[in-house]
Amino acid sequence: MAEPVLRLDGVRKSYNVGTPVEAEVLHGIDLVIEPGEFVALIGPSGSGKSTLLHLVGLLERPSAGRIALTGRETTTLDEDALTGLRGRALGFIFQFHHLIPAFTAVENVYMPLMIERGHPDAAMRARAMELLARVGLEGHEHKWPAQLSGGQQQRVAIARALSFDPPLVLADEPTGNLDTHSADDVFALMREFNRERGITFLVVTHDPRLAQRCDRVVELLDGHVVRDERIRPGAPS
Amino acid sequence: MIAPPFEWLVALRFMREGRAQSSLIIIGVTVGVAVIVFLTTLINSLQASLIDRVLGSQAHIVVRPAEELAVPSLPRTGTAIAARIEPRAQRLRSIDQWEQIYPLLERAPGVVAASPMVSGPAFATRGSASKSVVLMGVDPDRYRRIVKLHEDIVAGVFRLTGTDALIGIELAKDLGVTVGDKLRITTAEGGADVLTIVGVFDVGNRDLNRRWVFTTLRVSQTLLDVPGGVTSIDLAVSQIFDAEDISARLTSATGLQFDSWMRTNAQLLAALRNQTISNRMIRSFVVIIVALGIASVLVVSVVQKQKEIGILRAMGASRRRIMVVFLLQGATFGLVGSLLGGALGFGLLQVFATIYRNADGTPIFAPNLDPQVLAVACVTAIAVGLLAAAVPARRAARLDPANAIRHG
Repeated sequence: MAEPVLRLDGVRKSYNVGTPVEAEVLHGIDLVIEPGEFVALIGPSGSGKSTLLHLVGLLERPSAGRIALTGRETTTLDEDALTGLRGRALGFIFQFHHLIPAFTAVENVYMPLMIERGHPDAAMRARAMELLARVGLEGHEHKWPAQLSGGQQQRVAIARALSFDPPLVLADEPTGNLDTHSADDVFALMREFNRERGITFLVVTHDPRLAQRCDRVVELLDGHVVRDERIRPGAPS
Repeated sequence: MIAPPFEWLVALRFMREGRAQSSLIIIGVTVGVAVIVFLTTLINSLQASLIDRVLGSQAHIVVRPAEELAVPSLPRTGTAIAARIEPRAQRLRSIDQWEQIYPLLERAPGVVAASPMVSGPAFATRGSASKSVVLMGVDPDRYRRIVKLHEDIVAGVFRLTGTDALIGIELAKDLGVTVGDKLRITTAEGGADVLTIVGVFDVGNRDLNRRWVFTTLRVSQTLLDVPGGVTSIDLAVSQIFDAEDISARLTSATGLQFDSWMRTNAQLLAALRNQTISNRMIRSFVVIIVALGIASVLVVSVVQKQKEIGILRAMGASRRRIMVVFLLQGATFGLVGSLLGGALGFGLLQVFATIYRNADGTPIFAPNLDPQVLAVACVTAIAVGLLAAAVPARRAARLDPANAIRHG
């Protein structure tokens, strides 16, 4: 069996450590995600979903426990190494798309490649154009984010997250501020990339409808995993 | 064309996105640099023309024999013999061994020309009119390299041979003489001779035009009774502000007395120095204001761009690269502002030079932009931009990406 894309061992996270308002948000999370899985992370507000996603996204460090990404232990890495790994191994899709308004759609898509390479080139532009066409945004490549609808912006964000074929894509409420129709579109698109390219997704969502369409559902409650269920066969093992 | 690196691209896009802020701060830097360029050029060229005028009729350094000292004739026994030692009157003397010293002075480092002179008081007489003058015996070919007298000739020629004489325009007027006329010169030493006026000069100073009479070295030596000697040697130096240092060095080497123009014109120099200091103060304040302006614009920009910075960090941009993005913005504000400011300063100089003119209609100063002033202004502005950007850039680099994304 291949190396798991993600392995969490006893991950804990506390805020305001050493102060009277110290609070532990995650109480020892164990989680393994295999390549090609499409996992929903659900739970009520305050259950620790976003915190867990930030830990996995290497945006924050756990207070205790270990996180291994594509077999690589991350808790011992320094800041620069974490930044580098984040750029190579993780694609991000945020709730509010978070495109950079000063760059056009196509520039936003190849932004991760440009960060990696140091400067733009023709190959990354071509790849970004292709991805935008793939998410149905042909003809919109040179528009500014402000000129695109919410659904279109989220598609650009998906294209951006996939621009360098990351082993793992983290999506935080990717359809949270979209209408049902756009939400379905965006979700379908992520699913397609998952099937076609075998990209692993970890999707935080409030929407039980969408969660039901994932392969596996992990539910958090008060910082504990209370449910981890494979609801659909077919995930590669 | 090589595509601009990531950091440049982001910096330029951020600046373009905040067009209003960027334009305002660039205008600020432009005005600041224009003020500095304008003021510095104006003061420099006014000072240069003032110094030029002062040095137009003056040697950079005048070498004289050491002053004669009164030496007590009795050996010192530790007890004072006389309560007071009278200083000696300084008679007209030649520089000892001047022919040996002269080539040494001519070759001294920093010295570009040397000219021997025999000068002393005399009377110029024509008919019943008699004027007190300074008789100056020079070698014309050497002297013209010290004082450009040949450029000041208004009548006749610049030539000194035999009993030729050059006199000032005021003296010519006072005595009613002109080129070709004879002039009788008598001295306290008992010398007397009749000279032929071959040229009349105007050095731009009434007093000197009234008092100076130039002859050959030989005629002056005879009239002033310093056979074969010279009473002073004029020196010109390549860097006029080195004159005092060169004087000090040559004094200790030769034991002669060296008077640099800087010592003779100490008051003028003090005034110039004060002007330079006040210009420097104004420049410092402008630099501080420009730095604060750039810093405040970038601090605001960092706050506004928190979310974008967080995204870039999440996508793998290191802290260092985020910092570079903001440093580049500071440097660009400085560079663009200083180029525009240089142009504006140049324009102001042209306008100023057209409006304000000397009494005779010539410009008070040359409205030329010294490339060095512009280069210094550019380099300073870029450095100030970088420094001013340092604090906001560090703040940007330290932003916690998770926080920036969550609250952005």
